Amino acid sequence: MSGTYETPGGTHETPGDPHGGRDRPGHRAALALGDDALVLAQRLGEWAGHAPELEEDVALANIALDLLGQARTLLSLVGDEDKLAYLREEREFRNVQLVEQPNGDFAQTIIRQLYFSVYQELLYGQLAGCRPEDATPVAALAAKAVKETAYHRDHAEQWTLRLGDGTEESHRRAQHAVDALWRYTGELFQPVEGLDVDWDNLRATWTTSVRSVLEQATLRVPEGPQSAVWAAGGGRQGVHTEPFGRLLAEMQHLHRSHPEASW
Amino acid sequence: MTTVLPERGPGGDVGGGVGADEAALQAAFDAAISADERIEPRDWMPDGYRATLIRQIAQHAHSEIIGMQPEANWITRAPSLRRKAILMAKVQDEAGHGLYLYSAAETLGVSRDELLDKLHSGRQKYSSIFNYPTLTWADVGAIGWLVDGAAITNQVPLCRCSYGPYARAMVRVCKEESFHQRQGYELLLALSRGTPAQHAMAQDAVDRWWWPSLMMFGPPDAESAHSAQSMAWKIKRHGNDELRQRFVDICVPQAEALGLTLPDPDLRWNEERGSYDFGEIDWSEFQQVLKGNGPCNEQRISQRRRAHEEGAWVREAAAAYARKRAAAPSNEDGRR
Ligand SMILES: [Fe+2]
Ligand SMILES: [Fe+2]
Repeated sequence: MSGTYETPGGTHETPGDPHGGRDRPGHRAALALGDDALVLAQRLGEWAGHAPELEEDVALANIALDLLGQARTLLSLVGDEDKLAYLREEREFRNVQLVEQPNGDFAQTIIRQLYFSVYQELLYGQLAGCRPEDATPVAALAAKAVKETAYHRDHAEQWTLRLGDGTEESHRRAQHAVDALWRYTGELFQPVEGLDVDWDNLRATWTTSVRSVLEQATLRVPEGPQSAVWAAGGGRQGVHTEPFGRLLAEMQHLHRSHPEASW
Repeated sequence: MTTVLPERGPGGDVGGGVGADEAALQAAFDAAISADERIEPRDWMPDGYRATLIRQIAQHAHSEIIGMQPEANWITRAPSLRRKAILMAKVQDEAGHGLYLYSAAETLGVSRDELLDKLHSGRQKYSSIFNYPTLTWADVGAIGWLVDGAAITNQVPLCRCSYGPYARAMVRVCKEESFHQRQGYELLLALSRGTPAQHAMAQDAVDRWWWPSLMMFGPPDAESAHSAQSMAWKIKRHGNDELRQRFVDICVPQAEALGLTLPDPDLRWNEERGSYDFGEIDWSEFQQVLKGNGPCNEQRISQRRRAHEEGAWVREAAAAYARKRAAAPSNEDGRR
């Protein structure tokens, strides 16, 4: 981080400053994965009271709560969870662009979940599979959370099948979402420093897995590029898409309005 | 209930339909009620009892799901991650309460779809409290403390309601509502003890939510349309005024502990009654909100309708997919 931003919490000189070590590889990894979980939880939280049926109000909230729990654990490995969530600027967030994409219609939300949860389950699975003596705090979280991500993946797969192979309208909407979000999937496989992951294997497994669900759902697997021209891997470098600024504005506004307050 | 009553026929009508049979069934039902036994879905019950329960359970279910809106309004803006998680879980609980209650109503022979239709077309109501807006973060705390608190006061006696499925749903609901009440109180306490701006925010929210919360118990017993019959059927166990008084008596010391005042100059301890006296409730406001002139009536119902309409294609897709699966010969799950 360059010194041009006012760092959350301000005081660089304080020993034990929660942000002093943000550049350590383990912290970068926790931040990347923590931001993924936080931002997707925030998006899913927007669904509350708007879901197509009551069961989905419950299910989407469940997933959001799991992700928020992961985010809190991961961000706390780096520093104060609230300072990190509420006081960083847009360019300091390390989440992939996929998770910040707007909810759109239910198909868009489901396909975003499919792409992300397949990735997250595979990633956590690899991290959890490391030798115990190599286990980092991030790997410990992954081992704990891999079960819930399997549930998220199953939920997304079931809905992808229903939408893809449901009615003409649902098929059309699902296909649109599959195509529109495809360009955000390439970034998922960009290596994150501090994570002991076989990224090529991750990409291959993800592709097989997603392809098989889409085909079963009678959806066409996109052939276009998996990233936009200039922004490849953008989110992990702190380059985001336009909707992200508004997401943060909404999320951070109240907290930032009362700088001295605790809640 | 445990006494053996003849079951309802498949059409919902009682076999025979002869006056003498009807009288015997009624007598058995009355005996069960007076013996404090539970009425179960397959037991005979008078039409009026069934209709009253459907109306009340539906209104309760609708209140749970409409009640998600004012609080969901703050999920994306919750000022700490801990509070965000608590609020998300709370709103999720309310959706769950809606599910249990629609299921309880289904045991009386009405589907969730029918009931939602009636909500969306304004033929059934939900609690008027949710027609008030959540203007600041403190409103989330005030709702938890006062609105969930009033709901508990109303609902704890419903755990002993004569209709089994409703009583059992209430046991589960009340457990969660009491979490909500404590979390709301704790949120307000943090604000009240926080910065001057936070304290003012908490006081403002309590000022706005106090009177509407008292109205949640319904009009005075003398004017309450359904009270007497519901009490006789043991659907209701206490009068509106009694429950309202109980709630006031609980809240006053809690407000003191919070360091917040309740906006009623007439509020004072009455030694003789062993209760707090409180001021006149503005029932004209209650009637206005009930009629549709509250600050958010239109907004709440149109968001509900919109979510339902925009979700139609999703529900249709799920149904179409399920039909295809059921018809697919290769599918080992295919049951027909
Ligand atoms: Fe509830
Ligand atoms: Fe509640």
